[in-house]
Parts: sequence; C-alpha cells; structure tokens
Amino acid sequence: MSELQDNNILLSVRDLKVAYRVGSKDVMAVDGASFDVPAGAIVGVVGESGCGKSTLVRALTRVLARSARIAGGEAFFEGTELFGLSEPDMNKLRWRDIAFIPQSAMNSLDPVYTVEAQLHEVLMQRGGMNRKEARQRSAELFEMVGIEPQRLRDYPHQFSGGMRQRVAIALALTLEPKLIIADEPVTALDVIVQRQILDQLKELQQRLGISVILVTHDISVVAYTCDKMVVMYAGRVTESGDTATVLTAPFHPYTMGLYNAFPDLAAAGGVLTPIQGAPPSLISPPPGCRFAERCPFCQAACRTVVPALIEVSEGHNTACHRVAEAADLRVKAAATETWEANA
Amino acid sequence: MNDTVPTDVTASDASAEKALVTVENVRMHFRVGSPLAALVGGGASVVKAVDGIDFQLRQGESVGLLGESGCGKTTTGRLLLKLMEPTAGRIGFDNQNLADLSGAALSAFRRKAQLIFQNPFEALNPRFTIARALNEPIANAKVPIGERKELIIRAMELVRLSDPEQYLDRYPHQLSGGQLQRIVMARALILEPSFIVADEPVSMLDVSVRAGVLNVFRDVREKLGLTAIYISHDLALVRYVCQRTIVMYLGRIVEDGPTEEIVREPLHPYTKALVAAVPIPRPDQSHEPLPIGRGAPDARNPPSGCSFRDRCPLAHERCAIEMPAPTRVGERLVHCHIYDE
Repeated sequence: MSELQDNNILLSVRDLKVAYRVGSKDVMAVDGASFDVPAGAIVGVVGESGCGKSTLVRALTRVLARSARIAGGEAFFEGTELFGLSEPDMNKLRWRDIAFIPQSAMNSLDPVYTVEAQLHEVLMQRGGMNRKEARQRSAELFEMVGIEPQRLRDYPHQFSGGMRQRVAIALALTLEPKLIIADEPVTALDVIVQRQILDQLKELQQRLGISVILVTHDISVVAYTCDKMVVMYAGRVTESGDTATVLTAPFHPYTMGLYNAFPDLAAAGGVLTPIQGAPPSLISPPPGCRFAERCPFCQAACRTVVPALIEVSEGHNTACHRVAEAADLRVKAAATETWEANA
Repeated sequence: MNDTVPTDVTASDASAEKALVTVENVRMHFRVGSPLAALVGGGASVVKAVDGIDFQLRQGESVGLLGESGCGKTTTGRLLLKLMEPTAGRIGFDNQNLADLSGAALSAFRRKAQLIFQNPFEALNPRFTIARALNEPIANAKVPIGERKELIIRAMELVRLSDPEQYLDRYPHQLSGGQLQRIVMARALILEPSFIVADEPVSMLDVSVRAGVLNVFRDVREKLGLTAIYISHDLALVRYVCQRTIVMYLGRIVEDGPTEEIVREPLHPYTKALVAAVPIPRPDQSHEPLPIGRGAPDARNPPSGCSFRDRCPLAHERCAIEMPAPTRVGERLVHCHIYDE
C-alpha cells in the first residue's frame, strides 16, 4: 500500500467487492474495484446502467440496500480503513468528512419540511451549532450555491429541478466535508442547467479545495468536469487515469467503443458506432474478461482468464490482455467496420 | 451571417411545395390550478404550453424539435398526432385539416401518423408477448390474419433485429433496452406510416446501444422516405438524425433552419447558449460562462414581448414591448429583434 504514504491521496479503494443477495445466491455488483481519489481532485466514475457505479460509491458511505453487503476489500480515507470502523465511528465521518448527494435531489429532500429546517437539522445535530449560527451558516451556504437566502423558507416543491440540485449541493457542503460523492447529479437536468450546476460544483471544489467523486453515465460530463476518471464495466474497473489521457489515448477497447458511440457536437457530421450486444448478466458472469463477448479484439485467453488492472503509464491503469497492442487497436477501433464485424 | 440582408417573411412562404404537415399559428393553453381556487378568486392560471407556432414539414423531411423541458416540444408532437386538440390555430396533414377528421378519415390518419415512445420499458404491455404487441396494430387495422405474420417479420427485419422469429414468444422483460426500442419502432412502422413523431426515443438507453437505435431510425427513415419529427433536448442527437431543427423556448419557436448551420453558428441568443452548453466528450473544451442569465423559464408568467428577454444578455427596450416576428437570415428563420432592425 504505497498509496498510504502518499499524502496527496485522500481516498484509496482496494479490491472492493459488494454483493447483493438474490434468492439464495450472491450477485457481485462490484467485483474487485480499485482506484484512488487525490486530494482536491474531481474523479468521474463512468459506466452504463448496472455496471455497479452507484453501488460502488454507496459502499464508500456504507449506506447500502438491506440486501447488499460489502463482501471484501478496503477503503482508506486519510489512512483510516472505512469498512473496519464501528457504525458510530463511521457515522461521525458522514456529513463531516464524506458527504453524499444522491441520484435524484428531488427525492432526497423531505417534502414536508422547509429546506432551511433540513439544513438546520444537519448543522445543529451534526455540527453542534445553535440556531443562530445555523441560520447564518444556511444563508452563507445558499449564497455559495447561488440561491437567494430568502428562499430558505421555501419547501422543496417550490424549487425547480436545477434549484433543488443546488439545495442538495448546499446540504452536502454544510459541515465542510473533505469529500463529496455525487451520484448522477445532473442526469435529469436540461443542458443549460446541467452546465450551470457543473460549473458551480467545480468552482466550489476549487475554492474549498475538496475532492469530489462524480458518478455519471455521460463521458462528456466527465470530460468537462473531471480531472481523473474511472471506467467501470459489469462490476469491474476496466480503465482509470487522468481524464485527458484516458479520453485521448484509451487502452481498453470498451473505452474506445464508448467514445465512438458518443455524439460529439464539435466534430463534423460523423457516424456513431454502437457496441454490439449488451452487458453480461451478473448472476452468472463470464469467466474471463467481462467485455470479451462484445469486444472486437477478443482472443481465446480473454474468454477464460480475468485480465488484471495494470499500470500502463503513471497513474493510468487498464485491465485488458492486449494492452501491449493498444496503439494498434486504437486505430482499428476508430473504424466502424471493426465494431460491425463483431455483430 | 451578416452578408444576407434580413427580410421580413411570413412563415407560410417557406417552400410550400409538397408540404405534408402545415402548422399555422397553433396554440395549446392548459388551465392549471384547482377550479375551487378560481371560484374564490385565487389563481387558476393558464399555461401557454404552445403559444403561436408556425412551420411546415416537407414530404420526406426529418426535423428536430429541440428545447428544454417545458418548452412545449412534446405538446407540439401530440398536437401533430391529433392526440389533443389545439386551443387555436390549424394543423394540416396531407391537405386535410386535422380538426375535421373523423370516422374513416381519422382511422386512415391514425394509420399514417405514428408515435415512437420515449421509454421502451413502459411502452409495451409486460403481459403481451412481442408477437402479440406487434399484432395489435395490424389487427386493429383489420389486416387479414393470413398476412399478419409476414408483416410482423418484415417490420422486425426493417429495424435490424436479426433472426426475428426468436423474439416472437418472448416477453418485454426478456429483452434488452436496445432490443425493446427496436420492437417499439417496428410497432410504429408496421402499418407503413408516412409520418413519424419520435419523442426522445433513446433517452432511456445506454450510450453503447443508443447509437445502434439511432442508426436504425436514420436508415429506416431514409429508406422509406418518412417525414419525421424527432423531439429531444439533446442537440448532438438531433444533429445525428435531422437535417433541419426547430428550436423552441417557452411555447414559441425561436429559430428554425438547417441543423448543421445551427450547430456551427447559432443565431438566436437562446440557441447560442444551448449550443454552448452541450458538453463534448473531449478534454480540450471551452469553459467559458454561458451567455445566458440564471433562472428558469416560468411558463405561468412569461415575460412580455420576447419570452427569452429576462435571460437574454442582449435584451433591450424593444424586446419587452414587441414580440419578435420571424426574420429570414439565409436559410433560417430567427425570432429575435437583433435581426429585424
């Protein structure tokens, strides 16, 4: 664990496994995920629905569905291993050190209380403030996220979707955490509001020097916002590294395919190339690389041997048997025919 | 853009030959709030979901209807399919007035104009097999039983479901999102319509399968020469399937023209913000602040004059007084005072 000595790493996740109980079987929604979150960075966790990205970040807060459990691995937050903490100790970290913005801010706010009451609850019960301090801090927080403090007395339904998302960000910031985990914070929003929220999040992150884990299915959101990215596929991390490096010179065929399938408004016309097939069932996952079935570069070994996540250059990791040929595969992956041949 | 001299035009002169759909000054107003509140003098108010729009769709044209949630794009789509009656205005389809259709003529229209739903996971009855789901529209259209299976198979082949027989006895939950959306498309196409309204057809799908569905939509539309409206909030997707785009804001059209030109050089201040807001999947993109004011459009209380003026960085006095008329700039119609003075 050389990462533990590294002062710049705020959170280090190692071989995390999360299982859901389905009938009498365990389904591994996250099956051995490792990545680091540096201090003061925004890390994007990107993948398709069902890839385990939401489960992964929820496991870090240890707030999981009743049928789910952490089945292995470690997560070091400033050197403290989170999964070994007692529940009261973990609870001390929540809000204060690690704050969570759930997927839909619309449902995360209590409809029968004013947003002020909800901010005060956190500030007074968790932060130990008195009412006067809480009132002052609430107003500050609202200003920080760009809402007029007069609106503190409003109820959640009186806010638009974008405003509610800002309220959720304000809530996450209440106790000045070191890490904010945001699960699809802009998914249901229109592009203009999405852009404004992302700008806000980025500005606050830079001003306060905090770290953010941003979960999304949208690689353009990652490209716009994140310093680093982690690509997940069917419960595993397939690639991770600096956003610029991963997007411009991906090593994993899945990342290459995702990039091809994504519309790029800045590029001329062009063709969108789908990845054939669908992700495998996690109830009986394939024995080798989970992307093998959809991968145009699949070889015999890919179907039987699980590729390890290895470092291809500093801070850039990939789990693919054909990493040595990545430059060549990148050229082939850019052609639509490559992906059609696999149909 | 400034090399063309803007001239005032009425929307109806846009090359009228072979217009399949004509929309003339259409309005759709919804009354909101409780009737009781209205009685005691409280605020039953009116939301002008669509507030005076004009456009035409030429035969075989594919047009994107672009805008934020609440701009009236879905309502417009529903009006075009006669799923609701407009408060005012006229919608023509194939030289008939939609409002006049009834009986056999209405049935014929229903066959010719079809909707592709947004959410494939909800568009199909979970208790119907795929065969039954596809059989329903052709049974309603009284296609002889002997011909039905062939039609079903042909429709499935059209949307590139390989080996279609395998799906017939399956239920929706046994199919992936991409497969389901193709079934939804096959169902819309099975009666050989001439007009399709697709309402955000890929918004529920994952990125890796989205491209496949869009490719099918694009190819089928071209192959059959269908006239199509593609409703979306995502310009990158609209651009992929539509040559022309109509941008809406608060129930009105703000810009209408060739999609590529709108992407390259948006004219209306709202379109400029919309184009600038689309994130691109590259690390080297612009992080300039958006040229638009904060806040959200309020459909109950739109501003006077131009409905965008309260968020527009270029608004001046005239914008508050006068609603901008469409102005022709090159191949585009722009509803903004910058271009008509």
